[in-house]
Amino acid sequence: MTDAAKTMAGPAPIKGSNSSVMEVWGHKAEAFLLPFGALLAGLAAFSVFLLFVGKSPVEFYSLVYKAGFGTAFSWNNTLSRTAPLLLAALCVAIPARLGLVVIGGEGAIVLGGVAAGAFGMFLPGLPGFMGIVGMFLCGALTGALWIGAVGAMRFKRGVNETISSLLMAYIAIALMNHLVEGPFRDPASLNKPSTAPLGETYRIGNIPGLDVHWGLAIGIIACIAMWVLIERTTWGFAARIVGGNIRAAQVQGLPVGLLMVGFCASAGAFAGIAGMMEVAAVHGTANGSLASGYGYAGILIAFLARHNMIAIIPVGILLAGFEASSGLIQRRMDLPDATILVLQGFVFVAILLSETLTGRFKLFQPHIGDRS
Amino acid sequence: MSSKFHTSRRSLIKGMAGLAGATALSSVVPGSAFAAGLTVGFLYVGPKDDFGYNQAHAEGAAAVKGIEGVTLVEEENVPETVDVQKSMESMINFDGAKLIFPTSFGYFDPHILEVAPKHEDVRFQHAGGLWSADKHPQNVGSYFGYIGMGQYLNGIAAGHATKSKKIGFVAAKPIPQVMLNINSFLLGARSVDPEITCQVIFTGEWSMAVKEAEATNALADQGVDVITCHVDGPKVVMETAAGRGAFVCGYHADQSPLAPDLYLTGAEWNWANVYTNMVQSVLAGGSIDNFVRGGLAEGFIKMSPLGPAVSDAARNQFEATKASIMKGGFAVINGPMKDNTGNVIAEAGQSFEETDVSLESMNYLVEGVIGSAS
Repeated sequence: MTDAAKTMAGPAPIKGSNSSVMEVWGHKAEAFLLPFGALLAGLAAFSVFLLFVGKSPVEFYSLVYKAGFGTAFSWNNTLSRTAPLLLAALCVAIPARLGLVVIGGEGAIVLGGVAAGAFGMFLPGLPGFMGIVGMFLCGALTGALWIGAVGAMRFKRGVNETISSLLMAYIAIALMNHLVEGPFRDPASLNKPSTAPLGETYRIGNIPGLDVHWGLAIGIIACIAMWVLIERTTWGFAARIVGGNIRAAQVQGLPVGLLMVGFCASAGAFAGIAGMMEVAAVHGTANGSLASGYGYAGILIAFLARHNMIAIIPVGILLAGFEASSGLIQRRMDLPDATILVLQGFVFVAILLSETLTGRFKLFQPHIGDRS
Repeated sequence: MSSKFHTSRRSLIKGMAGLAGATALSSVVPGSAFAAGLTVGFLYVGPKDDFGYNQAHAEGAAAVKGIEGVTLVEEENVPETVDVQKSMESMINFDGAKLIFPTSFGYFDPHILEVAPKHEDVRFQHAGGLWSADKHPQNVGSYFGYIGMGQYLNGIAAGHATKSKKIGFVAAKPIPQVMLNINSFLLGARSVDPEITCQVIFTGEWSMAVKEAEATNALADQGVDVITCHVDGPKVVMETAAGRGAFVCGYHADQSPLAPDLYLTGAEWNWANVYTNMVQSVLAGGSIDNFVRGGLAEGFIKMSPLGPAVSDAARNQFEATKASIMKGGFAVINGPMKDNTGNVIAEAGQSFEETDVSLESMNYLVEGVIGSAS
């Protein structure tokens, strides 16, 4: 009775605001410490795995550190690999906030790249930055249409977006092969069919002081901008309501269809930009190398970051560092290249498992402590 | 059960010891643990045991490993993206590699061309034959072999073995190198019997096991009874074809273990010979030419030993043709000849020797090949 009376009466105003601050900080700490702890648990579990195959975890992690983060070259290596991953991860994380599991970002990447390559091929010689801007818009628009279509099919026809985006990625790769081997092929590209090489003014260079192209900066800016949009604007709030309870969103009169298609399109646009950056900054032409699995690596990063746009940045850098160390681990420890995939698998499972622990630690629930 | 436990305990102890050793080692020798001499790096686009393109290069690397003073470092499954640029630089920075063999065709432009000017003391040797003196850095070299001749010899073995007079080819992409192989395979078979036709199916990908198996089954369904291929890893084609009872001719590497009874012969790269020569000339203080090509005679390619199903007549023609190729100047395309859409590709009296540069931009399939390049 006394407990119930307490609850009915509620805490005193001042104490109440105190405990809600504690509550917020408790949740923030939980949101950070749980995945971080899970990451450490995943690394520890992988160490046991290494011991059973007769390899030293200390050597392994010191090589990962050295090749991923230990020298200036290592950082250039890691950050170069990070650049496309951030944008690819956004393509998964943004729809995820609306409750959509889109895993076909690879399709938007390759088609964004082909569109950019075609723009550079058919409209060469534009003055100043016009060429780069045009390629940027072409890549973004193509990606937006591709993943926007996934959102539209989901809303209009109830087509499962996970399956449709994945299957559309296969269509996209086939379409890319057809285009670069057919209508968009540079006749001079004999044994590696490609679009015509881009002119100098269409190429994107490196960030000053780094051996990393501008795609990294664009990725970081995009992550921050999307975090602001999703966490700090009414549009983002509406999107999160759709993700939380689509019925409630409809009852409230939110434009659910527009939100779904719009956010999917923005997700696709980022993937398309990733493809465009590959063409303009790395390859200088569009060809089959565009389909190199960045879209799939993005899924892992988005899930590890728990679809938090800011968290994508450190998680992306961490996974890129793992990838950067893969070569040295093959060479020094005589382990197969799949080792890093196994490591990523351990970490992925550990972090997914940690989600089931959310809300189970008293430490992060100060109000429960207050009541007792 | 007990032996299983024993092994894992032993490996556990090994790991513990390694752990301790590594801790001690990393405090004593920071940085690279490699000794003086020549460090040679190899990068492969796929797995190095793919029974195909990558395995052929890895066998070459294995031969280099045995040379005294050479430290070999390898990386497999390196995609043709910024990854390969960074992997090459990682070999240079961490292992001190001075000679690098990035073996995939797609590594050249832009990746090798991007990295080479930054590391002028490192030599980059690329398989594919794309180097030209006026466009590319001096520390880059390219080499390639006339493997179409090997497919011509495959065709002779196939021509004798086929009963349906239909032979088949599973191809990755309609590019000049692949088309030269298809045409050579059919023309070799037609040197036995001019009525033979060759059905070609393009899978569109260098490595896509499912499509390769489908294509092979489709060929077998049409009555094709000898099959070869040009994909990165011929394993699936060989096993599927043999499973359907068709004879097979290998490509890239020796696939005879996959179909011991039905394997006729195969066109193989002989990178062990090529790489050994290149590395030894660097060790001796010499240099490697920037632009190197060779065929059977130069030891760039070789044929798998003839299989048990090869008849004496086939063996005789095979050996005689091989001897004549070894002499040099052999031509597969001899006029008058048309492509399979009726266009003349060689006038009477005109012929294209194996070294003819125009063969490297081949864009047709000869008469008798059933299939389309576009």
